[in-house]
Parts: sequence; C-alpha cells; structure tokens
Amino acid sequence: MSILVVLEPGSDGLKRTSYETVGAALSISGGAPVHGIAFGASNDQISSAGRYGLASCMSVTGPEWQSAPSAMIAAAIADAARSVGAATVLFAANAFGKAIAPRVAVRLEAGLLADCVELTSNGAGVQAVRPVFSGKARIHVSATTATTVATLRPNVFTAKATSESTVQIQAFTPTSHVGVRSAQVTGVSKNEGTMDVSEADIIVSGGRGLKGPEHFNLVEDLAKSLGAAVGASRAVVDAGWRPHREQVGQTGKTVSPTMYVACGISGAVQHLAGMSSSKIIVAVNKDKDAPIFTVADYGIVGDVFEVLPRLTSAISSVTGKN
Amino acid sequence: MNILVCISQVPDTTTKIAIGADGASMNPAGVKFILNPYDEFAIEAGLRLKEQHGGTVTTMTVGPETSKEVLRTALAMGSDTAVIVKDASRGDSFVVASAIAEYATELAPDVIIFGRQSIDFDSFALPSMVAEMLGWPDVSTVSSLSIESGTVTADSDIEGGRQHVTATLPCVISAQKGLYDPRYPKLPDIMKAKSKPIAEREPSSAQPRVAAVSMNLPESKRLNKVFTDSDADIHELVRLLHEEAKVI
Repeated sequence: MSILVVLEPGSDGLKRTSYETVGAALSISGGAPVHGIAFGASNDQISSAGRYGLASCMSVTGPEWQSAPSAMIAAAIADAARSVGAATVLFAANAFGKAIAPRVAVRLEAGLLADCVELTSNGAGVQAVRPVFSGKARIHVSATTATTVATLRPNVFTAKATSESTVQIQAFTPTSHVGVRSAQVTGVSKNEGTMDVSEADIIVSGGRGLKGPEHFNLVEDLAKSLGAAVGASRAVVDAGWRPHREQVGQTGKTVSPTMYVACGISGAVQHLAGMSSSKIIVAVNKDKDAPIFTVADYGIVGDVFEVLPRLTSAISSVTGKN
Repeated sequence: MNILVCISQVPDTTTKIAIGADGASMNPAGVKFILNPYDEFAIEAGLRLKEQHGGTVTTMTVGPETSKEVLRTALAMGSDTAVIVKDASRGDSFVVASAIAEYATELAPDVIIFGRQSIDFDSFALPSMVAEMLGWPDVSTVSSLSIESGTVTADSDIEGGRQHVTATLPCVISAQKGLYDPRYPKLPDIMKAKSKPIAEREPSSAQPRVAAVSMNLPESKRLNKVFTDSDADIHELVRLLHEEAKVI
C-alpha cells in the first residue's frame, strides 16, 4: 500500500515542510512506494525533492491550478490517491494542509489525524501522536478506516538528505473537480519585509516585560543577530504594541522553531501552547519563578533591558550578524 | 439571511488535565469548561450579519448535556434559537461534522460560521469537513468579511500574509481572532437566556473514523539550565547555544 505526499511549490524549490513530509513518509513506508503530488509546480521544483528520497511525483499544471481553491484541489488529490492506491495521504499542517486535508478525508472516507508530531507504522496501519489541551497532554491516535489522512506539524519531522535520486514526474489530469462549488482566490497580500513566525527557523518573542512598544527594538536587534523572526505574546498584541500576525500562542500561531527565545514573557499556559514543541527554548525574565523557566532549556534571570543588548552583541560575535 | 453558528464547550486553558480511567481520554471531574474562545468571534459574526441583512441566527453545539451552558451564552448575546445534538463521546471530527451537516441539510442556512479551531483538540477540521459533506465552498481563518447580494468577500489568513477570497452563498466560514470584538451579554439578557428553550436532536448515526489509543501527560525533557545576568554567564550561555545545542 503506497503513501501519497502533498507537495507545495516554494520560493526556492518546494516549501521546506514538503521535504519534511517526504521524510516522514519514507520513515514509515517500510519500502512501500511514496508518490508526491504537486499543483502548479515546475519540474525543477519537484525534482528538488529527489535530494530527500522522493522517487515519483504527479504534477498537475495549467492556469486553473494556479492558486486553485481548496475544494478543487481536494477533489484532485482524492483522485490521485485512488489512482496510486494510497493507504496514507500526508500533508503539512500549514494553512494549505489544514484547509484541504479534512476535505480529502471526507472524499476518501478516511480518518483524519491532525497536527501530528510523531508518526509510526506497525504494518497494520499508521499511528500518530498529537498534542491536545494546549499541549498539556499527548494523545496516540490511529484511523479505524482503510485509508489514513494526516497533517504534520511544521518543523517537527526531519527531511533527510540522501544521495541525489531522480524524481519520475508524470503529468496528472484530475477529473473529479469539475462542477465542484469553490471559493475563488482573487489575490494575495504578503506582509512585506517581515519573516513569518510560522515559517521561521528561529523566533525571538517579546512580552509585557518590554514595558512598551518603543522598546521592541531590543527584541528586533536580538532577532537580527540570529536571523530570526520577531514574535509576540498575547498581552502585547492585545495592548496594540505588535500586530496579531506576530502572536504566538493559543489565539495566535503554533510554532516549532529550532530555537525559541522568550524575552520578558512570563509563560502563561496560552503562550506555552503555541511554542512548547520548539526544539530549544531560551528565556530571559527578571522573575526567577516565572513559569517560562520550567519549559526552558536555557534561562537568564535578569532584566530584559540589561540583558538583551549584551546578549545581542555576544551572539553577533558568533553569528557575524548584526 | 439565515445563519447557523456552530460552537463548542472546551476545558478552560488553565485547567489541570488528568487522564481518565480508560487511559485514552481526559477525566472531566473537577474541570472548568468554557465557551471555545474562537467561537465568540463566530457568534459575533453571525449577529452582525443578521443586523445587516435580517433573518435568524441559530446556534448549535454537539456535546453532552452540560454543554448547553455555551448555548445559553449564545442566546444571551442575541442568538434567536439554540440546538444541541446530544453526544457524550466528545469528539470524533467526522461524527461531529456529520451531525452538523445533517442538521444544516434540514435547516438550509445561507451561511454556517465556526470559530477557527477548538482549543481542546485543535484539529482545524470541522469547517472544511462540513463544507465538503454539503458540497459548499468554505473560507477559513477569516479576518475580514462582507456579504453582499449572495457573494462573500473575505480575507483568509495564511502564512506570511492573507488571501483575498470570494465565494457564493451558501458557504462555510471560520472566524479568526479579531474578525469582530465579541459583545458582552447584558445581565437582563443573561437572565432571559436561562429560561429559553434549547431544542435537542439525537446523535448522528455516523461512526468514528479515528480511535484514541492512549493519552498521556508529556514529561519535560528540558535542560533547565539557568544563569545570572553577569557578562560571564551571558557568554557561557552563548557558548552553550553554539557548542552544546548547536543552534547558532
């Protein structure tokens, strides 16, 4: 029984989450075939997944598939899954995957395992682990159906570079999308000049400890020294100091960067829910009893106004960025 | 315009989670339950649409008897009617989506509004599952919304920006934080809501498609190395980030 992975074109090759999805598929495939499917991607973009072990990919191209709506794409993915006899369909748990995977699950009469952080296969089927209740518990789940659809939390699964293999690319022409009622995407506005926290490898976030929006330059400077995105706690977003798109936590974004640096953030459960799966967590807070230290790998007890400038210059001397 | 708002009751974020006797669910004893925070934006969006276009707002939930409480909140905010689908299982997305799609087929609303996600299981699954079952378009994580002459114009938040989307009614929408500021119900309305009828429906006959094998509390594997704010300590931390954690 094969695995179908849904790939997305990115600015350089495919999106990083697509390579992670290929990595996750290969780790559970037990030698079964892994097929990709991509919409509106060039052959060069698809071929870049060969480095991570992808051997075969269906490519759907044509003007109607450029920023095609979710209902249409879901119908096409279900077609593709049937055509290769996929028992498992994997997506990244980003905006695209979250919108489309539930529709594909309905079409394939499949159980949906959402926002998984671990994936295993025991031959009988796929089992996943996902955080629930704001990360306060983990649940092991599996589908009771013949087919499993799963979305994978970004930056949790590893894309393993292998010897360069050639991806066999076949043009795929879906049929089931015809007549599907869909929303139409009429345009996209990018947040110019800022790196999005949900796609960043390193995030530096500021909280109420910064005492005012005029002091966020301390956070921005530290972020620059690390090549990081700037994040914010709910308190400072609600106070209007920072835009909602930067908010990390329950009513903001869930992130799992390689390193998360929390500056002047006490670590309310709502905040921890959005960042506790980060690989390395660093906290700077003047209150040694702040809950953020319980989830931190490294902490500095001190005033952000005193610590951040010195931390920034010490990091700059290692990274060469300032 | 007839509007169906779908809401849920979830454990308060700050509540302590204990594992139930079956080893695969949460023990609800002593847990404080609240209206899912995103659903406040969904209810407010429904009420604003009614204020602009007329029609009715129906609010529904799928859950145990105790989740009638969140319907009372919706009634106090201004929802015209409330419906509960009795389901004590707390949760298979497919079963819940089926119950909503079955009711929506009878009610035939122009728009169905959800909160972006429920904060207990965070599956982000219901809005697009229901839309797929009904054959409707959906617009998720909506941060701005207008509906004129049967056409929905909305902004949908995506990584690094927002998509501008149009769709025709009937349509499913999921509300992002900040779509509107939810209104606070007034005390007389809270009192009146207590005696309003709540219609009850039997659960869907749909069978769960996901099984919970086990649930556990995560163990912290964090290093918890804490330093002072001295220059020596700051340099030691940076050295460890470089040589031990290898993140810089």
